[in-house]
Amino acid sequence: MVSLAQTHRLESGGLIDRSAPLNFSFDGKIFAGFQGDTLASALIANGVKLVGRSFKYHRPRGILTAGSEEPNALVELRSGARREPNTKATTAELYDGLEAASQNRWPSLRHDLMAVNQLFAPIFVAGFYYKTFMWPAKFWEAIYEPAIRRAAGLGRAAGVADPDHYDKAWAHCDVLIAGSGPAGLAAALAAGRIGARVILCEEDFVLGGRLLADGGTIDSMPAAEWISRTLAELAALPDVRIMTRTTLFGVYDGGTYGAIEQVNDHLPSPPQHQVRQRLWRIVAKRSIVAAGAIERPIVFTGNDTPGVMMASAMRTYVARYAAAPARRVALFTNNADGWRTVETALGAGLQIAAVVDARPDVSSEHRALATKAGFPVLNGSVVGVEGGKDGVRKIAVSLIGGARAEVEADGLAVSGGWNPAVGLTSYHRGRPKWQDDISAFVPDSAPPGMMAAGAANGAYGLGACLRQGFAAGAAAAQSAGRAGNPGTAPVGDDETFSLTPLWHVAGKGKAFVDYQHDVTASDIELAQREGFESVEHLKRYTTLGMATDQGKTSNVAGLAIMAAVSAKSIPETGTTIYRPPYVPVAIGAFAGHHRDENFHATRLTPSHHWAAEQGAVFVDTGLWKRAQWYPRSGEKDWLESVTREVKAVRGGVGFCDVSTLGKIDVHGPDAGAFLDRVYINTFSSLAVGKARYGLMLREDGMVYDDGTTSRLAEDHYFLTTTTAKAGPVMQHLEFCRQVLFPELDAQLTSVSDQWAQFSIAGPKTRDLLREIVDPAEDLSNEGFPFMGAREVALRGGIKARLFRISFSGEMAFEISVPARYGDALVRNLMLAGKQFGVTPYGTEALGVMRIEKGHVAGPELNGTTTAADLGLAKMMSTKKDFVGRVMAGREALVAADRQVVVGIKPTDKTRRLRSGAHVIPKGEIPGPDNDLGYVTSVCFSPTLDQWIGLALVERGRERIGEIVHAHDPLRGEDYDVELCNPVFYDPDGGRQRG
Amino acid sequence: MRIVCPFCGERELGEFTCLGDAKPVRPAAGASADEVFDYVYLRDNVAGETSEHWYHGGGCRAWLKITRNTLTHEISSVEPAAGVGAAKVGA
Ligand SMILES: [Zn+2]
Repeated sequence: MVSLAQTHRLESGGLIDRSAPLNFSFDGKIFAGFQGDTLASALIANGVKLVGRSFKYHRPRGILTAGSEEPNALVELRSGARREPNTKATTAELYDGLEAASQNRWPSLRHDLMAVNQLFAPIFVAGFYYKTFMWPAKFWEAIYEPAIRRAAGLGRAAGVADPDHYDKAWAHCDVLIAGSGPAGLAAALAAGRIGARVILCEEDFVLGGRLLADGGTIDSMPAAEWISRTLAELAALPDVRIMTRTTLFGVYDGGTYGAIEQVNDHLPSPPQHQVRQRLWRIVAKRSIVAAGAIERPIVFTGNDTPGVMMASAMRTYVARYAAAPARRVALFTNNADGWRTVETALGAGLQIAAVVDARPDVSSEHRALATKAGFPVLNGSVVGVEGGKDGVRKIAVSLIGGARAEVEADGLAVSGGWNPAVGLTSYHRGRPKWQDDISAFVPDSAPPGMMAAGAANGAYGLGACLRQGFAAGAAAAQSAGRAGNPGTAPVGDDETFSLTPLWHVAGKGKAFVDYQHDVTASDIELAQREGFESVEHLKRYTTLGMATDQGKTSNVAGLAIMAAVSAKSIPETGTTIYRPPYVPVAIGAFAGHHRDENFHATRLTPSHHWAAEQGAVFVDTGLWKRAQWYPRSGEKDWLESVTREVKAVRGGVGFCDVSTLGKIDVHGPDAGAFLDRVYINTFSSLAVGKARYGLMLREDGMVYDDGTTSRLAEDHYFLTTTTAKAGPVMQHLEFCRQVLFPELDAQLTSVSDQWAQFSIAGPKTRDLLREIVDPAEDLSNEGFPFMGAREVALRGGIKARLFRISFSGEMAFEISVPARYGDALVRNLMLAGKQFGVTPYGTEALGVMRIEKGHVAGPELNGTTTAADLGLAKMMSTKKDFVGRVMAGREALVAADRQVVVGIKPTDKTRRLRSGAHVIPKGEIPGPDNDLGYVTSVCFSPTLDQWIGLALVERGRERIGEIVHAHDPLRGEDYDVELCNPVFYDPDGGRQRG
Repeated sequence: MRIVCPFCGERELGEFTCLGDAKPVRPAAGASADEVFDYVYLRDNVAGETSEHWYHGGGCRAWLKITRNTLTHEISSVEPAAGVGAAKVGA
């Protein structure tokens, strides 16, 4: 269906580009609009009044506002992977081909079956979640929750990954300004002229704020002309940056602000290589909130009927967009400002049906206007609106004195006054204060460096906005340390703002406070009767203000109604805490580019590219990609590959990249003394040219990390950490050095990335090494004994470090070369090792061999084990102080019944083991009382030709030989295992020493 | 939050890691188990100004002693954590 008529488009005027027509669709129907429209203004121009269904009662809803405070007109924008639910039609810029769909209706917007919820309205009253779905518990999961989700869900998420990119950026300035209305522009002028670095953020795509709809005269020229002159002057200033489509949404510590820039939301999809949105963190010395005010509704029966619209929004649609929300307009106001809508509507040739003014008196100017234009002025209140899906038809008015009147109109403009946008000024738990003359909360305090100006500060006249903005801009620039001349302030008229507070007109039928969450005036009264009187309770109990609009149009009215029924004043009732974000911000924007493979940095080992060429399977260990195994053609699974690798090492020679270990150089005359304080064993006594295994505790006595440390010179040690703890150990050692032991003269340098390190293991290790090490180097058992460590020359002259240490239990060396030679080294190892059948092995084979040797690793160094638990109690020196020494001696940490590392073997040799299984005494029913411990590490041992494992078992060492029960409820497995010596392979260590 | 590192200048919070209360002093070797227990576990839950150890891991790797108000997050001073040793970081 095509409807290109734009039946409600005014013939002239507006900031739309009539030479740029755009087509768009709403619920599958094609409409036309113009460049410069929002989706809401284009719908209005096409006479569309019904745009959605409400959350709880599925009431027909129209467009209420013309800005980011919109509670009603939420749509699904775009389609497919770009479908975006709950998008405000009032801020979505129109583009050619825009697709939008109404939400929360089934099967169609006009015929919504869920509207039967209205008949069951009593069960949907305040607190209905708490009252209705209490019992029985299983009904919640099975019935209530799915039903509520289907009935109450607003838009549908895309359900597939977001195809767009988001960016994150930083900006710094002297003065940050939120809003480009008269106050914001005047502030930018003053601060910019003084020479400050200024950033002005405006959520709209056009600058000018209310001036765009309300006009006025500034410096004797029409507002539009003043705006363009001001923008030209600002553009000529050296350091004023104006960011449109950018909403300041949060205020953080130290003058840091969050802003979201909708870079390409106004296009069907971002151009190639461009982002959809950009999250800004702006660091500003000073900030000025010139975010304006939000017009507030009056609560009366049927106030959610499509066609009931905020008076200022109606002006915006008529004046800025040349779109008529109604042809015959009634106004319901309690203040003089609402009358501007009458002037604007008359100027655009619309009829005024009547003005219902709740104030006792109307100014003589307005009386004269009514007489001239021929519409009645009714002093009284609107008690009800009749209408339905097609919008407002009749308005029932209760006149002062009790008489009734009826007004026929197809649109009702409402003004209950204005609420300053106090969000940004209140985000540091600031509480706004009540200002009687405007019956509104205004900022009282603000976060450090921030001030409010203009309507956001409760100054509603144009002249006052300009003066306040200008003064704030000058003051901010000066207190940011700038000292130029601001020139003179722009001058505008000072209007009087006359308001008689009116929040709620009592009547029969639903009167809505919070449109988005369907909270009615009677819900608030009910909450008060049930004792939920405190505003924070009121909010949670009724969900007032908890929807995506954060109650921008509803909170103050809700407080006012609560104040009335609890016989308190509004300031006594108070406000809830304000929290960012001011507008919803997509999670994608917070993530920026940090998603998928870029979620975190990726670290590649020096042999990575070579390993990838070999077809290695990689595993993520922290940030690293490590070769897990190297499959060969014909191998049916990982186990076959890993088994081959282990056998190749044990029977010949293999190598593994261990560059991921943390590596720290410790230099200085006190380097040894320093290491003595951080390890449980002694390093000052280590001979130059020797390596030693070390164990580190936390100060609470638990094991922190382990690794090998070598003494390369009298004042130079080289320390390694586990891969996982490389960063934390460096931080811990710096703490020990700088904070705990500053008297020691030692320096730490992280060299993890500087060295490529490979473990070369197996009985033919020496044969292979002799092919690459300078023949002058003595690699014999005497010349380079077990636990030797020294610098050697390689063939060709490169210096390398060689460590005779073994994790596999075989005769082994670790060799380090500068990282840039890592790739060459691995390729040379393969060439030189071909004659010995050299086999690269991955982390799985490494793990198998360490379990066969009973070496502890991550699963045992799990933060709950002591040195004694790991069987390493003898390492603990009693002759020195070290981190963790005293706490390691605590009663519970030395208790005889602790769970300690022990080996396990299944009694059925063909049985596979699984880590995580609980260890239970044989023959007992598993339970928390007889849980002896758990299996930490398992592997298939090619050497023993069966599965083996390590476990932490209560009094495990005393139980060696005992048959116990492995209970694995997660996998539903139960079997017997024998507790055994954790060193399964070469227990006397002859092979690694040979 | 912004922290003015004495060695690196004003930097963003993300470069730093907070360890916690800087008030407890590690007892000398030979201290009783009770004294060490207090050092490891006992912390004041301060509403107001408190001193904390922070690590500038994304910068100079200095440990800093930061005086911060837990009610306002306002930082009133930043200094090297322990005189002699820390001063060498910037040297
Ligand atoms: Zn620093």
